[in-house]
Amino acid sequence: MRDLFRKREFNLFIFILFIIFGVSLRTPSFLYVNNFVDILNDTAILSMVAIGQLMIIVTGGIDLSVGSSIALSGMSVALLNQYHPGIPIFLIILISIAVGLLLGSINGLLVSQAKIPPIITTLGTMSIYRGLVFVLCKGTWVSAHEMTEVFRGFPRKSFLGISSLIYVSILILILFLIFLNLTRTGREIYGVGGNKIASQYVGINLKRIQYIVFTLCGGITGLAGFLWVARYAAAQSETAIGFELQTIAACVIGGVSIMGGSGTIIGVVLGAFFMGIVYNALTMINVSPFWQMAIQGFIILFAIIINTVMDKRNQQLMLRKRSFNE
Amino acid sequence: MNKDNSILDIKKNRKISLLNVIWQWEIILFFIFIMVIIINSNLSPYFLDYTNLMNTTFNFIEKAIIALPMMFVIICGDIDISVASIIALSSVFMGMASQAGVNTFGLVAIGLFTGSAAGFLNGFIITKFGIPAIAVTLGSMSLFRGIAYVILGDKAFTKYPVSFAYFGQGYIGNTMIPFELVLFFILATIFGIILHRTTMGRKVFAIGNNSTAARFSGIPVNRIRLIIFTITGLCSGLASILLTSRIGSTRPNIASGWELEIITTVVLGGVAITGGNGNIFGVIISIFIIGFLKFGMGLINIPGKVMTIIIGLLLILAIMLPQLLERLKPKNSFGHAKK
Repeated sequence: MRDLFRKREFNLFIFILFIIFGVSLRTPSFLYVNNFVDILNDTAILSMVAIGQLMIIVTGGIDLSVGSSIALSGMSVALLNQYHPGIPIFLIILISIAVGLLLGSINGLLVSQAKIPPIITTLGTMSIYRGLVFVLCKGTWVSAHEMTEVFRGFPRKSFLGISSLIYVSILILILFLIFLNLTRTGREIYGVGGNKIASQYVGINLKRIQYIVFTLCGGITGLAGFLWVARYAAAQSETAIGFELQTIAACVIGGVSIMGGSGTIIGVVLGAFFMGIVYNALTMINVSPFWQMAIQGFIILFAIIINTVMDKRNQQLMLRKRSFNE
Repeated sequence: MNKDNSILDIKKNRKISLLNVIWQWEIILFFIFIMVIIINSNLSPYFLDYTNLMNTTFNFIEKAIIALPMMFVIICGDIDISVASIIALSSVFMGMASQAGVNTFGLVAIGLFTGSAAGFLNGFIITKFGIPAIAVTLGSMSLFRGIAYVILGDKAFTKYPVSFAYFGQGYIGNTMIPFELVLFFILATIFGIILHRTTMGRKVFAIGNNSTAARFSGIPVNRIRLIIFTITGLCSGLASILLTSRIGSTRPNIASGWELEIITTVVLGGVAITGGNGNIFGVIISIFIIGFLKFGMGLINIPGKVMTIIIGLLLILAIMLPQLLERLKPKNSFGHAKK
């Protein structure tokens, strides 16, 4: 069982190597170390938020509001920075995470207590949060010169040639690897996704798990909101629009079952990295950026179909093995 | 003792039957509709004007035409979030054809065909591989609009034949009744009859309530779902014709975000998002509630982005409200809420 799951991530890894090889034949500069650092920088935020999305999808839900909550938390700290430049950066980060946690917990409450299906809840909050960004900034931008140097510089501050953006995403990766694999709540998340009813019979509190995953995902989007606004040195009402699709795509490519119950963090991070490589390669081989969306859609559909077909085959193999043993 | 209780139950049932009628979702919606009209006409003197009201229907009838098949999709327990992207795709193909000099009839055929083909592709992947509709349409939403971006980039198609403008801008004869509105009511009648008066409609409800049981009773579940997704595509193509004809140009970001509003309309209309329940009258009233609400908000200068907050709140409240009502309803002696 475990080998099969490993195999999928391994396959994706081989596929990534294959693409790197193919593109570098055409454009040798693709292989430069700098380019890979760039790709890591570009996918850092995506992989963080995709981990949050992973937890929700594993429980059988989906979060369409991540893009909007990135925009809302990013906009709130950008405005805070603009009007109160004296606030220290760690406090700004904490506030951003707090805003994200609040937005996520609203989703969580609506899903767990009001029992609204996750897709509808987050479809609604997606437009509510997006509208609130507009209300907050009154349609204007917070641009680079209105932010303090420390605020803008945070994601770019580098240590040993690697930016703090990458360190933060590695920190999140390690934290959630431990949380999902080694803690009781983490395992309960997988339990809920595997079989909702059975998990309740063994004493897992479904409402608590649903609330936790949405709130944690919210917290990650809060952090991502600050990083996004600081990295691109601009906060506006269209920030991170359509980003939810990319996080879901990273999950699906990383082998997360959209029905819930299975999916690994390593897979999701590889999925995010894969998308980063594809976008980077497209620019490298001079394909117009207008192709991005179509290719993203194609990759999502392709990955879902491959995953489903492989799942079915694996199940059949398992059944066959069991019947041989008996 | 038990027997007495159950008899009392029946009597109680009869007594509160009038209350139950009032609590029906369509009746509540109708009161909300009346309230929207009263409030709006108090806020702005321009609201209750025959010409204005007729002309404002242009703004939401295209969405309404997709809401009809979307109702079937949701009753089946599925969802389709690619409809707005199908509009963009059909519109781009029509634009290309129009650039090449195809006449109005050809454009309509291309629009309808593109829509159905896109809907068929959704339905095919969903039913063939057994993948949840949300995942597939999420991918195709990106794919269809992506193709529109690939073809158009940052340009726009603006050259359409003059006769093509009738679909989205024309009126019936010399009256002030828009062609779109009449088309919508014809379609609504057809969809209503299919849903509530034919075996096909009963099968759709059966699939939504329990698709496994439906299949064991001999209903071709996957074929019906495929047909419904194709029809959703077809209606999106039709909406694309109306929209393109009305605004007379095609950009790749045409109709973006419509899927949210269409799903909101259907859910507000009392269609259960979990499938198996819904009524055409609820959806029709809900279409006009949202349409007139937005018209009224526009008259008193509320920005569009703020309207999306209100639409989002409406969506969440619309789903929470039946649950709250369920808690308020009188309980029978077993402690269960009555149906």
